[in-house]
Amino acid sequence: MSRSDERPEGRYDVPLTVAGPDAQPARRNGHRRTTKAAAPAPAARDEPDTSATDEPVRAPATADGPDPADRHPDEVPGRDVPVGSGADEPEPVAAIDESPTGGSPEGPAVPDRAGDHWDRKVAAGLAFLRRRLAGEYEVDEFGFDPELTDAVFHPLLRRLYRDWFRTEVTGLEHVPVQGAGLVVGNHSGTVALDAMILSTALHDQHPGHRYLRLLGADLVFRMPVVSEIARKTGGTVACNPDAERLLGGGELVGVFPEGFKGIGKLYSDRYKLQRFGRGGFVSAALRTGTPIVPVAIVGGEEIYPMLADIKPLARLLKLPYFPVTPTFPWLGPLGMVPLPSKWLIEFCPPIPTAHLTDSADDPLVVFNLADQVRETIQHTLHKLLERRPDPFGP
Amino acid sequence: MTPGGTPGAPGVVVVTGVGRYLGAHVAARLAADPRIERVIGVDPTTPGPEFTDLLDRVERVRLDLGSLAGLLADLDVDAVVHLALVSAPDPQHGGRTAMKEQNVIGTMQLLAACQRAPRLRKLVVRSSTAAYGASFRDPAVFTEETEPREVPRGGFGRDILDIEGYVRGFRRRRPDVTATVLRFAPFIGSTADTTLTRYFSQPFVPTVFGRDPRLQFVHFDDALEVLHRSIAEDHPGTYNVAGPGVLSLSQAIRRAGRVAVPVLEPGLSGAAALARNLGFGRYGLDQVDLFVHGRVVDTSRLEQEYGFTPRSTAAAFDDFIRAHHGGVVLTRDTLAAAEQLVMESIRQVRSAVQERS
Repeated sequence: MSRSDERPEGRYDVPLTVAGPDAQPARRNGHRRTTKAAAPAPAARDEPDTSATDEPVRAPATADGPDPADRHPDEVPGRDVPVGSGADEPEPVAAIDESPTGGSPEGPAVPDRAGDHWDRKVAAGLAFLRRRLAGEYEVDEFGFDPELTDAVFHPLLRRLYRDWFRTEVTGLEHVPVQGAGLVVGNHSGTVALDAMILSTALHDQHPGHRYLRLLGADLVFRMPVVSEIARKTGGTVACNPDAERLLGGGELVGVFPEGFKGIGKLYSDRYKLQRFGRGGFVSAALRTGTPIVPVAIVGGEEIYPMLADIKPLARLLKLPYFPVTPTFPWLGPLGMVPLPSKWLIEFCPPIPTAHLTDSADDPLVVFNLADQVRETIQHTLHKLLERRPDPFGP
Repeated sequence: MTPGGTPGAPGVVVVTGVGRYLGAHVAARLAADPRIERVIGVDPTTPGPEFTDLLDRVERVRLDLGSLAGLLADLDVDAVVHLALVSAPDPQHGGRTAMKEQNVIGTMQLLAACQRAPRLRKLVVRSSTAAYGASFRDPAVFTEETEPREVPRGGFGRDILDIEGYVRGFRRRRPDVTATVLRFAPFIGSTADTTLTRYFSQPFVPTVFGRDPRLQFVHFDDALEVLHRSIAEDHPGTYNVAGPGVLSLSQAIRRAGRVAVPVLEPGLSGAAALARNLGFGRYGLDQVDLFVHGRVVDTSRLEQEYGFTPRSTAAAFDDFIRAHHGGVVLTRDTLAAAEQLVMESIRQVRSAVQERS
């Protein structure tokens, strides 16, 4: 809600050019090896986020109701006052920014400004609660609930994404700002956290703040609760009719063709891409003429390093695998905490398919394209791994 | 309301199932259309007293579907609208056995009679979106081409598959007859009384734990309109009829001001079976499957072919809410008032604190 509300007002003005290939390190991560663009990039990334939270900046735009409630609480107002006076901040805003805590001379008539800020937060929170309880929100035909996703899931994932995994994203300019795109990634990590981190990266860092519509295995939709979380955050069953419908509607679709072979592989096989199935994702892209954007995700393999797979137990529980990690199942629920590995995500140049629309049923074309995507991801994975010698580094 | 002067409008129309809500309304509506000369309502039982006014311009014949052949030939019938389907077993009228008898055997007999009716030009069959079954591997949105992945558990779903199979056979044998199959989403509206409207009328609504299915409804008046156009115009083929848009079950319950009571799925199936055996409640596995999987269909083919868009699912549901405001537990006004109250008390506490300091 927050992000989509802000877009039209232009307060979220990340300059498109700054989202360069290897800029955009996550907040206070300081990945030492990517020395280039270290200084300006974090500013550009940090600034809009906090300027939206920063109370004085918000003052001129109080009309847009529900915003403040979804700001998340770890952003202390005033933390980046020096950043706030950065180059691409509009001048008047920076001027207000000078006095974030003291009594602002030109503020509204009410004296207690900090209280007002919290008032607005509480009001927005209550309004959100009322809308939810009255059912006054929209879901699309796949069950996607943008309001809930923005207000609940993305703020949670953002913590994981930024503070726990210190994710760095590159190549965002390869993802279309609007219109359809098929993002194809490597799958890893025993639990499919990489899909969620990828969707957070695209929603937070991409200039179009796009929602990634994930295609999940039917096992996900077989499980109660999980299935509904998946649907409400924009997921649907991985099948060609759904993929083509989403792509036809101009959505950004995320798919992991390795499936369970990818997330359920042993730690010793980390970053080795598994077989890509029948290439159904390629034919979906070909039928709709959608560009394919390969993406390599490094870091997912270390969050739950799978040392062994207890197959009989998996069969008993009707799961594709039963993982044994250094912490699971030994530490019980504590074993569910992912290890804080360092994540790097790189989007590769898109592969256009508009000229191949007629060959969607040609297995040769489909397999060749799937192979090309696979090679690209594998190659990029190796490149990223060289950049990250220590999996748990800063 | 329908484009006038269509050459497709038939002279003599037979409507089956006029003893029920949908059949009675369709027959009355067709009888009011000046382009149609005669409307004959067929039902094995005498229509209930609530429909007598409605059906005063309809010729009523008390007839089993099995002995329809003579009628079709004698009266030179041009079109048949088959609406005599039972969507849930009624323990007072023979339960599931009678339901299957009526749905499957009745349709077989009707189609056999239609096949031998020389002047028949048009056949309209009521079907249901239950034809798509329910499976975890289903696509999110069904188009008319989607095949069911599994045979449905529920009796109605299985009946619907059988009925559509017989209509396919009929189409092959009588290619000269315009056959229209309308797959309706669950009906809802201000006056309709169906299993689903009764479900949403309860103050506490049982749902399946951990599932929030996507639902679609079609407003009863829109269903009438589509059925009317199917008879007055020529629209061969199979069409999904549903209100565009989606409501999730939890959202629908909240909008209706009811309270959801999540029940574990095995428990719900058992409870449904128990309730059926005890003779109250008509929830079957059809409903349980719907509330686990949800069902959303694509209606673009209907919109293109008929030039008509039913009102959206949300609008249809709103109409239902307005007519059923008894038994509401939580209204929007209550919520808004509660919000105001909390805000007000916060303000008061804060001003009190300020005064003290």
